[in-house]
Amino acid sequence: MAVPGAGWEVVIGLETHVQLSTASKIFSGASTAFGAEPNAQASVVDLALPGVLPVLNRGAVERAILFGLAVGATIAPRSVFARKNYFYPDLPKGYQISQYEIPVVQGGSLSTWVTPRGGEPYAKTVRLTRAHLEEDAGKSLHEDFAGLSGIDLNRAGTPLLEIVTEPDIQVADVERAALEAVAYARELHQLVTWLGISDGNMQEGSFRCDANVSVRRPGGPLGTRCEIKNLNSFRFMQQAIVHEALRQIDLIESGGTVVQETRLYDPDRDETRSMRSKEDAMDYRYFPDPDLLPLEIAPDQVEALRVKLPELPGAMRERFAREYGLGDYDCALLTTTRASAQYFTATVAALGAVAGDRGAKSVANWMAGDLAAALNSAQRDIVDSPVSPVQLAGLIARVLDGTINQKAAREVFAALWAGEASDADALIEARGLRQISDSGALEAMVDAVIAANPKSVEEFRAGKEKAFNALVGQVMKQSRGKANPAQVNELLRARLGG
Amino acid sequence: MPLQPEDVRRIAHLARLAITDEEADRTLAQLNDILGMIDRLQAVDTSGVEPMSHPLGGAQRLREDAVTEHPDREAALRNAPASRDGLYLVPRVIE
Repeated sequence: MAVPGAGWEVVIGLETHVQLSTASKIFSGASTAFGAEPNAQASVVDLALPGVLPVLNRGAVERAILFGLAVGATIAPRSVFARKNYFYPDLPKGYQISQYEIPVVQGGSLSTWVTPRGGEPYAKTVRLTRAHLEEDAGKSLHEDFAGLSGIDLNRAGTPLLEIVTEPDIQVADVERAALEAVAYARELHQLVTWLGISDGNMQEGSFRCDANVSVRRPGGPLGTRCEIKNLNSFRFMQQAIVHEALRQIDLIESGGTVVQETRLYDPDRDETRSMRSKEDAMDYRYFPDPDLLPLEIAPDQVEALRVKLPELPGAMRERFAREYGLGDYDCALLTTTRASAQYFTATVAALGAVAGDRGAKSVANWMAGDLAAALNSAQRDIVDSPVSPVQLAGLIARVLDGTINQKAAREVFAALWAGEASDADALIEARGLRQISDSGALEAMVDAVIAANPKSVEEFRAGKEKAFNALVGQVMKQSRGKANPAQVNELLRARLGG
Repeated sequence: MPLQPEDVRRIAHLARLAITDEEADRTLAQLNDILGMIDRLQAVDTSGVEPMSHPLGGAQRLREDAVTEHPDREAALRNAPASRDGLYLVPRVIE
């Protein structure tokens, strides 16, 4: 049987709504905090009471500019707010204030790495068409109101940046196309949280992706596209795109035609279904909002923000690889969040230049190992880590200079985590964890273990490598974990003639 | 091309306006008069003229990002025909 979708090219463009991390709404002074009592944060402006006027939030504009700078876009010196007209109960004004003909961010691009299953990673660049400022709508609740819908307008007026891509994902492989779309979305998610312009919380709706999917014969004209909504996790996004592309291919192959429409992904059934039919296709009748004058952004305002732009994750990954000789995996892991990258660089700095690449690799290992595990089980963010970069560096320095072995180091880490001491050296002294590297003392222990375990010795000589590990274990036990394992190995092999 | 009667009905539907056939006929004539005037304006050569989105000069003033309003929910809810648990109740809408 042929691969599903063979002979077809999938074309994808993405639209992402990112809630901006401002304290107040885009056009009113009400709070944007998530999870408040229903309608407790709906001001008269958000409620669209007669006579109110919108006033634009500087914080939202600055976040849009920061985003534009980070993706190499043009910041429009003059952009225009427009009314997008439609009726829905969670939109009290009867229109959404958005930007249409002249958005604030124009062009730009985002590059990411795509790792196909069982294949080599490759770079993928997606061009951005635009990013524009707009207001979010409220929420409709359809349950439990005896045939009525409940409306909560707390979200109405929360600032959004809608980021639109060109249809740059064009792949003759359904799975691969979906993978590229997800890679883009992850990269975008990382970027907006890195910049601090959004909290990126997908469960709370701070980062919402819609995918425009169409299929065509390679080299042929673009097919009719469908917009899939409700992609509120990266996993659903992958499944929904694969599903939708195969649905369109099946439809065409069985003689049908794709109808342009909006479809909703249902993760429980792994299918998309039509949301809006063509009959009442949306006609938004956009026009410039007379309540808001054009947004003008002066070059010096842009430059003032450019200075605040942090080193971006892509650049940082490359620098970590170059400066510390770290592999792609480590570099990607360390730059998952800006906080983790900062923790890494602070620890490496505290370790000092002496440690070199070995030190950096060690820091990466601790961060991916014991530190990640401890943070995870305590459900803490790395910025709240009880073990500071300076403390971790102090510990790693003692491993690198041979003062303690790895086993003792883990004990020290656990004690630092529990706040039992303020630095590794104090713990090493207090608990007598100093590694035994004195060959005289070690030789005595090795001899004693050999004498006490004739069976293991015999098995080893008969070729059983496991027996050797058992003997090493015995010596470590004798030393109460403090022997230098490399030295024990060496001494045992010499004694056993292995 | 002048508007057709179905255009008027579509526009009325989008604006949620109920109009009679008589009103639709009258509106069609008025709208076509307006569009005729716009056609005459279109004849003016505007090459090199910046499009104008607003009749007023000046640019948007910005406000600082601060929470300055603490809505009185109960007062707002009292304006609604129906509410429950702090929510406005409306006829059921599901697309």
